[in-house]
Amino acid sequence: MAPSDKISTNNPPLLEVKNLRVEFPTRRGTLLAVDDVSFDIAPGEVLGVVGESGAGKSLTGNAIIGLLEPPGRIAGGEIRLEGRRIDNLPYEEMRKIRGARIGAIFQDPLTSLNPLYSVGRQLVETIQTHLPLSAAAARTRALDLLKEVGIPGAESRIDHYPHQFSGGMRQRVVIALALCAGPRLIVADEPTTALDVSIQAQIIALLKRLCREHGTAVMLVTHDMGVIAETADRVAVMYAGRIAEIGPVRDVVKHAKHPYTKGLMGSIPSLGVRTERLTQIDGAMPRLTEIPTGCAFNPRCTERGQRCMVERPDLMVAGTSRAACWLHDRGGVGAPVLKETVDA
Amino acid sequence: MLAFILRRILQSIAVLLAVGVVAFSLFRYVGDPINAMVGQDTTMEERAELRTKLGLNDPAPIQFLNFIGNAMQGKFGLSYRTSEPVGRLILERVPATLELSLCAAIFALFVGVPMGVYTGLYPRHWSSRLFQAVSLIGISLPTFLIGILLILVFAVWLRLLPSFGRGETVQIGWWTTNFLTWSGLKALILPSITLGLFQLTLLMRLVRSEMLEVMRTEYIKFARARGLTNRAIYFGHALKNTLVPVITVTGLQLGALIAFAIVTETVFAWPGVGQLFIQSVQFSDIPVMAAYLLLIGLLFVLINLTVDLLYFVVDPRLRSQGGAARVAGH
Repeated sequence: MAPSDKISTNNPPLLEVKNLRVEFPTRRGTLLAVDDVSFDIAPGEVLGVVGESGAGKSLTGNAIIGLLEPPGRIAGGEIRLEGRRIDNLPYEEMRKIRGARIGAIFQDPLTSLNPLYSVGRQLVETIQTHLPLSAAAARTRALDLLKEVGIPGAESRIDHYPHQFSGGMRQRVVIALALCAGPRLIVADEPTTALDVSIQAQIIALLKRLCREHGTAVMLVTHDMGVIAETADRVAVMYAGRIAEIGPVRDVVKHAKHPYTKGLMGSIPSLGVRTERLTQIDGAMPRLTEIPTGCAFNPRCTERGQRCMVERPDLMVAGTSRAACWLHDRGGVGAPVLKETVDA
Repeated sequence: MLAFILRRILQSIAVLLAVGVVAFSLFRYVGDPINAMVGQDTTMEERAELRTKLGLNDPAPIQFLNFIGNAMQGKFGLSYRTSEPVGRLILERVPATLELSLCAAIFALFVGVPMGVYTGLYPRHWSSRLFQAVSLIGISLPTFLIGILLILVFAVWLRLLPSFGRGETVQIGWWTTNFLTWSGLKALILPSITLGLFQLTLLMRLVRSEMLEVMRTEYIKFARARGLTNRAIYFGHALKNTLVPVITVTGLQLGALIAFAIVTETVFAWPGVGQLFIQSVQFSDIPVMAAYLLLIGLLFVLINLTVDLLYFVVDPRLRSQGGAARVAGH
């Protein structure tokens, strides 16, 4: 067992995702958008999931909360919450888990709230759906939540409508809504992407503080490595529907093991280090219809060998992390492959 | 908001004045009213005297102001056809048309909206496809044909419902109502369905497309993520967000129901203002036509004013400052 899994070996994990596959049937065949993804989240842990758009990170999040948009569907694997399998539950059973055991935060706070109801009504409605509280008690709880997420003048703001709040304030309301019934896990899908940079830091700090205080675990889906570095305990890097590397956030950031992660880290500007120019990964992530044989990253990889072209690597131990790369296998990557695209 | 209402009322008055001009020009340009009123053997002097007495020699703007002034007091002159006061003639007929239109509107709303919600929620279900196909028939068949078919089936073949007239009515003040007698209620069924069917299909299709749209929004997805029940999501969150366009169309169509009840009233020999209008057209009974025009104009304006006010009730975004300007966007 890698040291990164220490938390999960001591306590049973809160969330277990095993060999998850999500597919989309299309007219031209079935696309595998999430391919054999496995990870755990321990109680109170923040797992960052990072990757380019289309890497399958949001789909993984949606699969966990049971809200894959049709025709997308879970084609294999299992998802367990507190030991109970939740990926095959009937809609009504899963509905009772959503909001109560698993909260969700979406990207755009401007569109996450129903414009026709006051935030108080939306809070009370969510609270009463999951908790046996009277209207008055639910309103008190709603008020407490609004105070907790830092809405100034919560007593008067509770009856305001979403359009009367700024973007940052709306995302605070969304966080309050996600916390309504005291969930054990929050799936936050790009929670700060739609916000101003100055507001992003506040929202991330708030999410971090609330989850620490409530002992809530977070699956933080984002393409922003900075947000992950600041918030997450562990990070999973996704590429073309698979996990490329997973490990403690410090190790992944400082000593990336997968060439893709290295490229990702190299493309982030850093204030401390003077570099002539940022490195960039050439090429683009393959479409789901055109995933190459062998390692999906091989067309863009600077360290690829013959083996990478034919054999697909699974996650393997690489220092404190695990990476899906033959570099960390005893067999290595095999003979070097002539570069055609890499130097272009 | 008060400024908005005032502005709307002023606009409504402008619209009514414009309708008034059209109604007034009927008198001026559709033949000489004197010819219609007097007999063959009336002398030229008598005609001139009558012309002066009726104010027909005054300049047109003065005549117009007189016409508007009288109209506001409910005076529309005498019918050329029956020599009764036009105001009374119309007032006698109005309850029949309003009750018929009301029933048609209720039928369209209470059947059309639930069907729209259903087909919007389950667009792929076979019954939704069936509703869609049937609604195409409803939208493309002309009203008179539907009316005649209904008469054939329910009045001629099955002998369940009357094919013409209002049945027995009960007088309450000047208002005569169908709602209090069994035969009156039975008489309402076929005309209401005939009149409301087109509106029903229109509403169903509107609600369906709005529901499809709303169900794709982020706040519906978030409502699911909050674990709300389907019932709360569909009727609390989704349906309410479709209401603004539905109210707009319902308002417009309610006006249309009253105005275009003409065809249905003719098919079912329904003694309403529409039928009165048709008879007036045949007899060139201009005072009645003018009064009918004004009445329909007034109803349209009142309905639209109500619709504008309902927007504020439904959508909180309009209630805040500067919101009134955004109504136009809907």
